[in-house]
Amino acid sequence: MSSLTLRASEIGKTFNRRTVLKDISFSLGTGESLAITGKNGSGKSTLIKILAGLLTPSRGMLEYAISGKPEDMDGVRAMIGLVSPYLQLYDEFTALENLMILSRIRNTALPSTSNVEQIFRTYGLWERRDDFVRTFSSGMKQRLKYIVALGHAPSIVMLDEPTANLDEEGCTIVRDAVAELQSATLTIIATNDEREASWCRKRIHIGA
Amino acid sequence: MVQEENSHRRMMKTWKSIFAIIVKDLQSELRTRYALNALLMFVLTTVSIILFALRGDQPSSTVLAGMFWVVVFFSAMSGLSRAFVSEEERGTALTLQLVAVSSSVYFGKLLFNVLLTLSLVFGVTIVYTVAFPGFTIQSPDIFLTTVILGSLGLASAATIIAAIIAKANSRGTLYPVLSFPILIVLLMSVMNATAKALDGEQFVDAAVDFLVLISYVMVITAGSYLLFDYVWKD
Amino acid sequence: MFGRIDVEYHGLFEESSHSMKYVKLGSVVLISFVLVAGLAIPLVPSPAGWLEFPNIPGLEQKARNIFFHVPTAWTTVLAFLVSTFYGIQYLRKKNIDDDLKSVTSAGLGLLFCILATVTGALWAKFNWGSFWNWDPRQTSIFVLLLIYGAYFALRSAVESEEKRAALSAVYSIIAGLTVPFFIFVMPRMVSGLHPGAKGDEGSGPLFEGKMMAANMRVLFYTGLAGFSLLYVWLFNLRLRIARLDYHRLLQQEGE
Repeated sequence: MSSLTLRASEIGKTFNRRTVLKDISFSLGTGESLAITGKNGSGKSTLIKILAGLLTPSRGMLEYAISGKPEDMDGVRAMIGLVSPYLQLYDEFTALENLMILSRIRNTALPSTSNVEQIFRTYGLWERRDDFVRTFSSGMKQRLKYIVALGHAPSIVMLDEPTANLDEEGCTIVRDAVAELQSATLTIIATNDEREASWCRKRIHIGA
Repeated sequence: MVQEENSHRRMMKTWKSIFAIIVKDLQSELRTRYALNALLMFVLTTVSIILFALRGDQPSSTVLAGMFWVVVFFSAMSGLSRAFVSEEERGTALTLQLVAVSSSVYFGKLLFNVLLTLSLVFGVTIVYTVAFPGFTIQSPDIFLTTVILGSLGLASAATIIAAIIAKANSRGTLYPVLSFPILIVLLMSVMNATAKALDGEQFVDAAVDFLVLISYVMVITAGSYLLFDYVWKD
Repeated sequence: MFGRIDVEYHGLFEESSHSMKYVKLGSVVLISFVLVAGLAIPLVPSPAGWLEFPNIPGLEQKARNIFFHVPTAWTTVLAFLVSTFYGIQYLRKKNIDDDLKSVTSAGLGLLFCILATVTGALWAKFNWGSFWNWDPRQTSIFVLLLIYGAYFALRSAVESEEKRAALSAVYSIIAGLTVPFFIFVMPRMVSGLHPGAKGDEGSGPLFEGKMMAANMRVLFYTGLAGFSLLYVWLFNLRLRIARLDYHRLLQQEGE
């Protein structure tokens, strides 16, 4: 696994004349973890979207580099695993199909059958793998989001509100998964929960 | 050597990604049948109304050619926006944005719409041949070329406009309003050429129309590809 | 506070400079001149001097329309090009001021397009018998009207300012791409009533160039210049208003 670095310099974002983010700077490397904290509406999700390439910043720069060589967003895209409340999955497909289809579109290697079974079992969805996602509860959808995000062993893991909609069992699974992945990935978590924030070693706070 | 391999690999990856998007949309369409139903019902309804209105009169080939593409145009307006609007409505647009490179999304959706349009035009041809005795294609070479070029042009304009309105409100009425001015050139050319096909003219007579169609397809597709990022990405 | 919205306030809201004075003066003078000369100069079979126009049988007094109808058509196309240009600038630099310029020009373009369509239809009625005949040039101006309408419909359907600017810029570029097809291809493909269409091979795209007498040509180009200056004047006015509105909104939102 080559080492990845992410550097954010003075990132700002303005929507319709309202400034949501101002002057965010930090740098992060493989094996490091960052918690983004702040009140509701402080711009945590906006920052995650910018870091994941889903929004362009109004100001500032975002630089990804692999082993020192700068890489543009399109090159880094396939290495990102993102779980967030606003990322939806396809209702008309089954859980397994969602994983397969998104893997093919993302162009990451399809996990082998044994790996697929393993990750589905980890998140407790193996029995429901052939059910349509529209029949899933919000907690199950959240677990499936983890499967889709982490199934391709991403080098960058971003979690926006990691335990949203999850029951206690789900929270434990996620916490263990994050702990296990930390050394090999660049981890970013956005949350206002103190416990979740403590999963990370670095922290930045947005807002007052 | 390594450079060539890398860019070759990247290109293969892009094509695989595009193919995966087309397959996803096709599968989704087959399961929900949202666009297909809209297209089918639209074609049947409009042709029925036209038949009632004509009451046995046989329209000229110019009128038939015109009506053919009117039906195609409005049917396309009811079905081709699905490619982007359904993603926005269900919130999967962001997922797609995360997972796919934007040019792959553009070509995937474009090719899906091309397939949809070709099926639509094929279907309308059959319905017209059955419903209107005057609709006999005397120059199949002209007709086939017109249909293929026309579908490509219609799909390429409809796709970029669909991407635009997906990001706006009041999508239903906005789609034809935005699409029509862009498509007038295409519609005039295909109507001309189709009339010639019905009249049994020579292939060379329609050469001007084909030239216009080919350049139209190239210009719109190239322009859409270059501008797509500004529409798709926030 | 304003972030990347780099609206330069130096001299923005006030009269910008000496040049605007000349623009205003120029447009008033030129248009008045064209108005008077265009309507007053008599039409005679064989013009003797500068103060007489040739009388083309069949066209007669209706020829005077050239001085007014064509400039409005010219101005609406100019406005469209300017609007699209600033749309492209917005996409490149993301400066909202470029979007303000784009809308301003589009609004003027819509106005002049309505004028061109109406004056064109009136001329058509007097010249060729009916208000509308789907002649290629008539169709083109109508399409331009539709494009403007679509542009504003799109803008009213998008709430986010940045998205509105980006989407309308993309739309005007795509629409602009179809315009060459109208100008060059349509008149060749479909026979029309305007001089210069198929079936009237005597003249080229700018039909006025060859067929007009020298003094008419002078008046004609003066009319073009006058209307262009009028456009610049109106553009300047409306842009300043738009910027004032925007500035006021910015201040209202605090920050």
